[in-house]
Formats: sequence, structure tokens, C-alpha cells
Amino acid sequence: MPGEDGYQHDLLVIGGGGAGLRAAIAAAEESNRLSIAVLSKVYPMRSHTVSAEGGTAAVMRDDDSLDTHAKDTIFGSDFLADQDVVETFVREAPGEVIQLEHWGCPWSRDPDGRVSVRPFGGMTVNRTLYAADKTGFHMLHSLFQTSLKYEKIVRYDEWFATSLLIEDGTVCGVTALNLHDGRMRPIVAKAVIMCTGGAGRIFPFTTNAAIKTGDGMALAYRAGVPLKDMEFVQYHPTGLPGTGILITEAARGEGGHLKNKDGYRYLQDYGLGPPTDTPVHRKMELGPRDILSRCHIQEHQKGRTFDGPYGHYVHLDLRHLGEKLIDKNLPFVRELARNYVGIDPVHEPIPVRPVVHYMMGGISTDITGKTSLDGLYAAGEAACVSINGANRLGSNSLTELLVFGARAGRSAARHALERAAPRSNPLAQLASDERRRLDQRFLRVDGREKIADIREEMQKAMESGCGIYRDRATMEATCQTLAKLRERFAHISLADKDAVFNTELIAALELECTLEVAETVARSALAREESRGSHTRTDFPKRDDARFLKHSLAYRTPDGPRIEYLPVTITRWPPEERKY
Amino acid sequence: MSDATITLEVTRYRPGHDREPHPQSFEVPFQKDWVVLDALNHIKDRIDGTLSYRWSCRMGVCGSCGMMVNGVPKLTCAAFLRDYRPGPIRVEPLANFPVIRDLVIALDDFMEKLRRVKPWIIRAEEKPVSEGEYRQTPAQLETYKQFSMCINCMLCYAACPVYGLAPAFVGPAAIALAYRYNLDSRDEGYRLREPVMSDAVGVWECTFVGECSVVCPKGVDPAAAIQRSKLAGATDWLLSMVMPWGGRR
Ligand SMILES: Cc1cc2nc3c(=O)[nH]c(=O)nc-3n(C[C@H](O)[C@H](O)[C@H](O)COP(=O)(O)OP(=O)(O)OC[C@H]3O[C@@H](n4cnc5c(N)ncnc54)[C@H](O)[C@@H]3O)c2cc1C
Ligand code: SF4
Ligand code: FES
Repeated sequence: MPGEDGYQHDLLVIGGGGAGLRAAIAAAEESNRLSIAVLSKVYPMRSHTVSAEGGTAAVMRDDDSLDTHAKDTIFGSDFLADQDVVETFVREAPGEVIQLEHWGCPWSRDPDGRVSVRPFGGMTVNRTLYAADKTGFHMLHSLFQTSLKYEKIVRYDEWFATSLLIEDGTVCGVTALNLHDGRMRPIVAKAVIMCTGGAGRIFPFTTNAAIKTGDGMALAYRAGVPLKDMEFVQYHPTGLPGTGILITEAARGEGGHLKNKDGYRYLQDYGLGPPTDTPVHRKMELGPRDILSRCHIQEHQKGRTFDGPYGHYVHLDLRHLGEKLIDKNLPFVRELARNYVGIDPVHEPIPVRPVVHYMMGGISTDITGKTSLDGLYAAGEAACVSINGANRLGSNSLTELLVFGARAGRSAARHALERAAPRSNPLAQLASDERRRLDQRFLRVDGREKIADIREEMQKAMESGCGIYRDRATMEATCQTLAKLRERFAHISLADKDAVFNTELIAALELECTLEVAETVARSALAREESRGSHTRTDFPKRDDARFLKHSLAYRTPDGPRIEYLPVTITRWPPEERKY
Repeated sequence: MSDATITLEVTRYRPGHDREPHPQSFEVPFQKDWVVLDALNHIKDRIDGTLSYRWSCRMGVCGSCGMMVNGVPKLTCAAFLRDYRPGPIRVEPLANFPVIRDLVIALDDFMEKLRRVKPWIIRAEEKPVSEGEYRQTPAQLETYKQFSMCINCMLCYAACPVYGLAPAFVGPAAIALAYRYNLDSRDEGYRLREPVMSDAVGVWECTFVGECSVVCPKGVDPAAAIQRSKLAGATDWLLSMVMPWGGRR
């Protein structure tokens, strides 16, 4: 709901997930003179952060060190992470998770009352804090409930941001559609932080919730801000066939085994062995996600996976862990497996297959969350700062929301304190232009194209061209399909012309965003002629540091994305071969 | 896959078009691994794009997709078509809430109540982050853990006869969350939450029907929270017995 000054604020956060709420609280703590608004297309506690299961990484124990966390992250990123950013990340992570503990997050505990840590893929020591296997849920609700105590934070719940307001090269807010009455309004602010999350829904088979459509990435991209490293899409090795619902990596951290159709722990054939009874850091099932997903495909090509109605799968076997441990540390895994595939992991192995999970790329920012556009900041999965490089390590993302959400909140707050309020007259004009655009594009025309058709074709094209293994020919075909879909989108037809809670209009706006984001993924992938992290090309199977130890930047042009490059910052860890 | 179908009778209400809510029937393919939400998505994508409802995670954790299914509050992403064969399946907006459109209800009342119970850690003195975490034993965590599992799905409000009659009642989920913080070893805010809880429309309004706990998809047991809060509110003596930290302040 708007504050006293109508729709004028000092600071506007788009997105009420982990990153957005952390940013808003950080800004409120930075100065009590600021009016702060959080605008979100869903109620904040519905944001996708709620689905995160496994945990959040930070150095908490004497057997760990900041350098080890940094090294694991950089190694996992296949040396594409900016090392100065990673060093800041690992340094600020412990304070952030403790802050969240002070705000009530019910972290799982050791007998002596300290927060517990568990092993996670690609990490050399136990450093992943968790709240059973509902970590994201507890983090999001703790942040949201804590945010309620700040009266300076007002909320626009179920408002959809449709564009950035820009005047004289400076961001002055957004135009947003109130779902409840269908009205478009300019929400004016001196600084805007994009915390709109990822874009997994550009693919057909994903762990991501329906709302993950890359809106913020598209809004920034349309305003001329480059999207960084978009070709890097993480597949998680263990999703449920059919729905794509995630079975957390914590299941393997607790000791779960991946087995092929002969009951054999096949990862030992791919250099990840030897198999042991108790989990060993970075070995076997605790290898990084990009490698485990590729092993699955190779195992399939050898004819050693199962075949089901939703394609090939392998088994994730937890039976040896026993009911007690499963109920204590993995209760949600048990609930999900029982509900959605009718299997009780205490007695049977869970069918799993690789599934699109996370976007390493996003809105290009510096270490303070600032973008190239004056007044625009970004954090969380929507942003690329970058700590994840070519492959994110599990449990680094939730920590990223905290560290860089807080950083973006503080720097945007300082920016807002220094700036004069934007003039609102021209902005009202921009908002009514935007309203007219939507009316003409979606509500007055009777086109022939259906949202669901275009969405399905886009998703199919992305899976075929930008999946786990990629090559030039299929990526080019994907790019052509996407260009055609963009043309077809101009003839989209909506049955729903109502103002109140028009979810079909929202679906159309989201589809427009996904189409744009999908093109940046495909074009960046096509241009990167090497294999690194999650980006694996059969026609360029080797990493090529001479040509591609660089971030890619996708800029919008009328003919589709233009790709440029930016050097990677190396501080103390010179690139070496990535072997586990 | 099979050629079988199942019928959904969905409540439609479009302000400006409809004077009042009315049912509309849709025939959808019957698939044994489909949930009611899959059927709604099929309707929206393939039959009638004007149907409005909320959903997001499709894994029972975001709390968006609560509706009445055959008269019972359910998460539609966890309600399987196969459990309602041969149908028809009645899908209505959650009871006891104003309807915005079709299956979308207004949540403003709950959001306001949630803030009123102060669902955050309150302490006389905050420990600086640099001094590390508050110690909390697994046993201390266990005392409140269950009440922290609430996904704000509103099924309990839809099931609550008291909320239906007296909408001022703070209601099951908000009370459970207040109680969750009261029980947390890190919290000292009991007395600040007390006025809302012991208000005429706080815990005392509840007649202990217990429907809230029956429909709760996350095992929160808000009825227990209400009942135990009543006990706790009764006397400080009792308070210090059931909640040993009670007299600490
Ligand atoms: C199933 C699953 C499990 C995961 N588990 C883990 C884990 O164990 N550990 C880990 O580190 N990471 C995990 N991740 C990754 C991590 O959860 C996400 O990267 C992270 O939660 C993203 O948070 P966010 O705040 O950036 O965005 P989100 O939580 O997605 O929030 C985005 C917000 O933006 C708003 N928004 C978007 N578009 C608009 C618009 N146009 N207008 C207005 N508002 C808008 C939304 O309403 C929402 O509030 C997991 C991811 C998935 C899918
Ligand atoms: S207490 Fe249970 S039913 Fe009520 S809102 Fe919370 S999770 Fe839903
Ligand atoms: S869609 Fe999230 S709880 Fe059902």
C-alpha cells in the first residue's frame, strides 16, 4: 500500500524474495529518513526463495577458513567468478547468517546449541547451515516477518512492474500494474533495486516456480543494461521426473547414493570415485552439479538409465540412512517423494533426473549492486555480480541473497539520500504511455496466437539448443525459432480483457520477458566457443582461457542481442584445470 | 495416459460482469498424476484463458493455491484428481474470505493481523552480530519448531467457524505464529504480544472446534497453539510452569 506521499518513495525494491527483503531491511537500518517500498507480483512470502531446501553456506567452524570457501567457489565456477567479489562474499557471509539467526531463523542445531553445518556438493568442509530441508522457507519467513517491524517499509503486494521509468539517463522508478484493480501507476523513487529472481521458466522442465520468468532481467535489458553470463544455466542432477520438483542436494549431503538401473553407483566411472559408505567432500555424489548432470546423460547414452513415461531417470537411494535421520534432516524430501511420485524413500529409491534449476547469469552489477544505469541496482538471482561464474555451488545462492541484497540495499540507500526527488509530471506521462502500450498490444487486439503455444515452443527450443550438451547447429536453430516466436508474439490474443486480477495479461507480460531472456541465453551460448562449467559444447569440448576467460555481456538491439566481453577479475587463484 | 476425463465445477466471479458467483463446468483429461492445480492450468491454457487463481511453487510450500475442493480447504497443488474420482470436483474460493475474482480471495485482513501479533524476535537488548549466534539447543528448537512451519495458506481460516462469524478474531495462523515467537528461547516479547492475544478477539474467542488443525497441510496444529496460549494467559504462575523463561524479564 502506498505511503503518505502517494506513490513517491526514496527507495523502491522490486521483488519480495530473499534478496529484496534483505535489501529493504538493510536500507531501513542505513537511515531512518528513507521511505522504502517493496513491490512484488506475489505476496512476499510466496516468492520463490520459499522453495529452497538444502541450505546456505558460510564459514562457521574452526576447521574451515574464508580462503577455503573462496577457493571452492572459484573452482566450482570454473574460474569465471570475479575473485574480488568472492572474497567479499565469503567474508560477509558469516555475519549475514548470524544476523538471520538473531532475526529468528530456526536453524538446525548441534547438541551444544550452535547452528549445525552439513556437507554440500563441491565444498571441501561442512559449511552449509540449514533448517532441516526447508531452509529457504524459514529464511524467507524470518526475513518477511522481521521486515514487518520496520514501519518505514511499505509494500505494494501483487503489483507487477512493467517497465523502468527513466529520465535524462537516470532511473526514477517503475510503471506497475496493480493486479487488484488493473490500474497502471508510476511508482516514483530515487533508486530502484531489482530483486526479481531467476528465469527457469524459459525451459520446459525446471525446479523453478511459475513466477520465475526473468521479468527484472528483461526490464533492465530493455533499458540498455547488459545481461552478464546468460549462457550459464545450471541443471540440478536430482529432480522428480514429470513435475521437476527438486530433491535437495542435502539428500546426498546426508549420504544418499545415485544408482543406475543395475543398482551401481555409476559416478565412480567418471573420475569421481572411489565410492565410500560415508560421504566424502567433493567426491561421488558430492561432486558439483554440472559434472553430475553430464554423468547422467552419458550414463543414459550407455543405456544404463531407467525409462519412464517422463524420460530417462536414475535412482537416488536413501534407504540406508534410516527413517530416523530422514525424518530429522530430510522430512520435506520424504513428503515430496510420497506426494508427488508415490514413493516412500525410507523403503524405496527415488526416481530422479537432471532438471533446470538456476541462472548463473543476470543483470550485470558491480560489487555494490550498482548497474551501468544511474539509479538502478540489482541483487539475488536476477543479478550477476559475479560469484557463480560458470557453475554455482549449491547453498551459495541463499547466502548471495543476504550478502549482496544487503550491499545493494545500503548503496542504493546512500544514493537515494544524496539525490533530489524526481519530477513527477513527466513520469505520469510515461506511465500513461505504458498503459496505452499494454492496451493496444494486449487488450484491444484480436490476434491469432495463444500464450500457451508460444510458451511451449520457446521452452522446447531452449531445451533442444541450450540443454546440458550444446552445439552450433542446434543453437542456431534455437535462435531462429526464438526470433520467429518474437514475431508471432506480436499477434498474441487474450480472451481476458478485464481489469481486475487479469492473470492472462500477466502471463502475456511474463512471456514477453521470457522470450527476451531466452534470446540472450541462446546468443551468449552460441558465441562462447568453449566448454566451461555448465556450458558444455560438443563442438568445442575444452575450456579456452585464451579466448574466453571473460564474462559475456548481452546488449539489446532491435535485431536481437549483441554480445560483448568483460575481463574476469583474478586475485589469488590463477586458473588451473578443474578436476575433482 | 488415457482417454478418460473428469469434470471440474469451478466457481466464477468476474466483478463488472457477474452479479454473484456461479459455477462453470469444465471437462479436463483425467491423468492419474495430475493435481487439481494441473487441471486448472489446463483450463487456463487450453479452454478458457479468463479463469483467475493464484499459484506458484506447485510443491506445497508457497501457500498460494488454497481453494475449497469439494467443500474442504485444500492446497490444490497437493490434491490429486485420482482421489476425487469419478467427479465432478467442486472448486471454490476459500470460504470466509471476500472474493476478488473467480478463485482469488482477499488477504488484507490476515496481513494486517499478522503484523499486529508482532511476529519477530523482540529482546530487551540485542546482541551484536560480532558476538555470534544465540545458543539454542535442539530441545529448545523443538518446543516452537512446529509452529514455525506455517506457510500462510489460509486453509485454517477457511475452516474456522469462529472466523466465519466474527471476522475480527485474530485467527489460527496468526496466533500460532505469535505463540511460535513466545516459545522461542531467543525471544522476550511475550508481554508485548499479550494485549493482542488476550484481547476479546484474541485467543479467548476460540471455541476450540479444532477444524483448523484438521485442515492444516503442514501439521502446524494451530488449535494447540490457541489452547496453550489460553492456558498461558490464565495465570502467570502457570506461565512460568509451561514456559520456564516466562519470568525472566
Ligand atoms: C527448488 C529450489 C531449491 C533451491 N535450494 C537452494 C538451496 O538449498 N540453497 C541455495 O543457496 N539456493 C537454493 N536455490 C536457489 C535459490 O533459492 C534462489 O536462487 C533464490 O531464492 C532467489 O531469490 P531472489 O530473492 O533472488 O528471488 P525470488 O525469491 O525468486 O523472488 C523474486 C521476487 O521478485 C518478484 N517479482 C518478479 N518479477 C516481478 C515483476 N515483474 N513485478 C513485481 N515483482 C516481481 C516476485 O514477486 C518475488 O517476490 C533453490 C532454488 C530452487 C528452485
Ligand atoms: S496454520 Fe496451517 S492451515 Fe493455517 S495458514 Fe498456517 S499452514 Fe495454512
Ligand atoms: S502452488 Fe505453492 S502451495 Fe500450491
